[in-house]
Amino acid sequence: MLHRLRFIPGRLVQSIPVAIGVTIIVFFMARLLPGNPALALLGQHATKASVAALSKQLGLDQPLWQQYLIFLGRLFQGNLGTSITYQMPVTQELAQAIPVTLSLLGLALLLSLVISIPLAALAAFRPGGARDLGVRGFTLLGQGMPQFWLGIMLILLLAVGVRAFPVGGYGETAGDHFYYLFLPALTLGITMCPTIIRSLRSSMINVLESEYVGTAKSKGSYGAALFRGHVLRNAAIPTVSVIGVNLGFLVGGSLVIEKVFALPGLGSMMINAIFTRDFPTIQGVTLFVAFFVVVVGILTDVVYTILDPRVDLSSKERA
Amino acid sequence: METPLLSVKSLTIGIRRPKGSDTIIVDDLSFDIQQGERFGIVGESGSGKSLTLRAIADLLPKGVKVLSGSILYNGAELVGMPTAQRRKLMGPEIAMIFQEPMTALNPVIRVGDQIAEGPRRYLGLSKKAAMELAIEMMAKTGIPDPARRARAYPHELSGGLRQRIMIAMALSCGPKLLLCDEPTTALDVTVQHQVLKVLEELCDDSGAALAFVTHDLAVVNQTCSDLAVMYAGHIIEAGRVKDVFSDPRHPYTKGLLDSAPDFDQPDRDLVPIPGFPPNLAARTAGCAFAPRCAFAVDACTVAIPPTLEVAPGHKAACIESERIFEGILA
Amino acid sequence: MTTPTAALVAYKQKRRLTRSRSIKPWYRNGSLMAGIIIVGLLVLVAVLAPVLAPYNPITQNLEDAIQSPSPAHWLGTDQFGRDVLSRLIWGAQVDLRVGFLAVFIPFVIGSTLGAIAGYFGGWLDTILMRIVDTFFAFPFYVMVIVLVFVFGSGESSIYIAIATVSWVSYARIVRGEVLIAKKQDYVVAARLGGMSHARILVRHIGPNVLSQAIIYAMSDIVMDIMAIVTLGYLGLGIAPPTAEWGSMINDGQQFITTQWQLATIPGLVVVVTSLGLSWLGDGLSDLLSPERRK
Repeated sequence: MLHRLRFIPGRLVQSIPVAIGVTIIVFFMARLLPGNPALALLGQHATKASVAALSKQLGLDQPLWQQYLIFLGRLFQGNLGTSITYQMPVTQELAQAIPVTLSLLGLALLLSLVISIPLAALAAFRPGGARDLGVRGFTLLGQGMPQFWLGIMLILLLAVGVRAFPVGGYGETAGDHFYYLFLPALTLGITMCPTIIRSLRSSMINVLESEYVGTAKSKGSYGAALFRGHVLRNAAIPTVSVIGVNLGFLVGGSLVIEKVFALPGLGSMMINAIFTRDFPTIQGVTLFVAFFVVVVGILTDVVYTILDPRVDLSSKERA
Repeated sequence: METPLLSVKSLTIGIRRPKGSDTIIVDDLSFDIQQGERFGIVGESGSGKSLTLRAIADLLPKGVKVLSGSILYNGAELVGMPTAQRRKLMGPEIAMIFQEPMTALNPVIRVGDQIAEGPRRYLGLSKKAAMELAIEMMAKTGIPDPARRARAYPHELSGGLRQRIMIAMALSCGPKLLLCDEPTTALDVTVQHQVLKVLEELCDDSGAALAFVTHDLAVVNQTCSDLAVMYAGHIIEAGRVKDVFSDPRHPYTKGLLDSAPDFDQPDRDLVPIPGFPPNLAARTAGCAFAPRCAFAVDACTVAIPPTLEVAPGHKAACIESERIFEGILA
Repeated sequence: MTTPTAALVAYKQKRRLTRSRSIKPWYRNGSLMAGIIIVGLLVLVAVLAPVLAPYNPITQNLEDAIQSPSPAHWLGTDQFGRDVLSRLIWGAQVDLRVGFLAVFIPFVIGSTLGAIAGYFGGWLDTILMRIVDTFFAFPFYVMVIVLVFVFGSGESSIYIAIATVSWVSYARIVRGEVLIAKKQDYVVAARLGGMSHARILVRHIGPNVLSQAIIYAMSDIVMDIMAIVTLGYLGLGIAPPTAEWGSMINDGQQFITTQWQLATIPGLVVVVTSLGLSWLGDGLSDLLSPERRK
């Protein structure tokens, strides 16, 4: 097992160019804004003196590549600037918002799997059958729904109609948090389902046609035992990478969903920052999200390797 | 005579078409396997031999169904048996070994665990005890260092070792009937020989009967006591292996024997059978082998020839059998 | 909900599926026909909006604010007394226009760069693909929202933002297809026969590869419409008072307890639109897949 994880250091090195690329893109975003970047970072109400001071600190009179190095240097010190709206370090703001968004993502992924696995199995056991068509209809509809709209519809049904869940907010205690997170996570989870179901369904069909499922049946493994022992794990392997690739999408979606349900996570932080033109905060969230996606990519490879003993990423060249 | 262990009666397998005629792949097949008997089913690919075996194991591919006939195991009807009952048979009563051990083993589960799965379910063994049994079974199949190999994944083992794992797995619950679908075809010739020997020894020890499907006459000669030769979904000749080999009574069997290399007579010329196996969709009346048969007469294309007893325990389905083979012998 | 990566995966699975499908004439292709009918009707409604819409979509009429559906206003009115049906009809014009137009720039840029990277390979390919990887690190919505902020609001910055984000998907698809195509015997033969690179790309590789990019573009349109609607909902899209489905949902959300149809119906229209486009894409991929033509 361990020897197959030797690829991790190499994989980390490989992601350095991407990480640098991310910082370059984020750096230039500030430069694309009209006017003085220092002004953008301080907000419209900054005094002349503070703009001048920050301009000097950012080296705005220096060549662009030196400004970028200054930016990188500050980044390495964990300095993402100061939020204009809240006058506190962006890192501190992030520290408050990240747990909310990560819990939302985690719960959403969990709910998505809870919904997708049985549906995919239902569809895969008889491809082309009535259940398969039903599941296909569900995925088609799921694909066509704007996430935020689905969120509103769930609020309408489950929070306004049945009053089973709160309309929005985050609550005070950990139990509260779970209760408040459930509906947004369900929304996000459902929108993730079509992708997972499609991937799981097609890999389950492949697995069910494979000879080793025949072997398992010849050992008396039928029904649920067969599914748990020989189908799910094998079918999960390709789906893991699909989920990994799509987690970035889940992050993007969580930003919008947080807005719908008034959750104090990264999404609300970013969208509020956009309305208050709080550029350092926007920059901070963007950077964090992009790095998160890169890290998830590496984690996906690790999980993939653990699940599939045949995979040895260290020995083959990655395209 | 006691009831046979397995009795296949008028088994017909095919693809059901909503309108028009069904495609028939195996037609009106009957044979018996006694306790501890070793029964070979020989034929070219497409003759329906593997499907017959899969029908017994309830592993027919999607769309292919048993259209009529019956399969009795110890007197119990397997055709249409409910899954709940059927699963109790698979493993402790009937087990199966497949042609390609690489695809027949689950690639993501350690081989020891795959062997232990059956014993845990049927013998009620603990995880540890089942693993010990698995390692013991591996040792019996001649796998060196079984305790270490039990922790390996299928792709880490050679083809021969993988097939030994399959044998260990199939025999782990002490089945009374072992179905083998070309178990040595994917292996090197030298390995083939070893694996067959292991299979024979273990079946001798446990008293399991063997249903052995192959296209390789030499393998049947080495392993089996009785055989049936299949062509285009029919059994065209059946009997004791030694009788059929020394005195074939169907031109197709004769052709097979002439076209196969013989270790005892390495210098003998090999005579291929002309033509190709028939297209099942375009079935003609009469003997399916007639278009390729050097001895065919007009009567051969009129009706499917009846199976006749040509000698005690030796049957053949050829209306010209007497003329052809008496003539050759004379 | 479609995303670049989700769409990419779906696209790949679709490609695999189409291999096994039987060949049918185009008019017998159910999903293609369903797609053509739905999308055709929507386009017709959008084009004929001035004729079809019973009211002006923008003029406020505060006396009639927040009315339930009635013979005068089939779908009721919003908080400014504007007829919801008229706003939906005019919204089709905006949302479909932006959805269809936003696809073109990334299609051209992405396909070109992807073709060049795939065909010539080497360091050019490596660098381009690293850039593509970098862009993929930014989730679609994050990037679009930030870029719309950076470029300022308005339709043109939506086009720029979407183009900046979604060219990478085309680049990946086209590069992959070119890598397959350039190994084909007829391409190798053309090269040995002295045909120029440009000519080979245009004559031999282009047609095959482009059909795949077009199939992807169909799901990309769905994604772009989602993006516009989402931006509209967040208040970052087409500026009010222009009728737009996303901002209509946003307006309706505050009346969710009393007039639920205000937020529900524009969303349903989006669902129907994307369903139509998905079917159209499915049908097109049946029609255009090279496996089919063989």
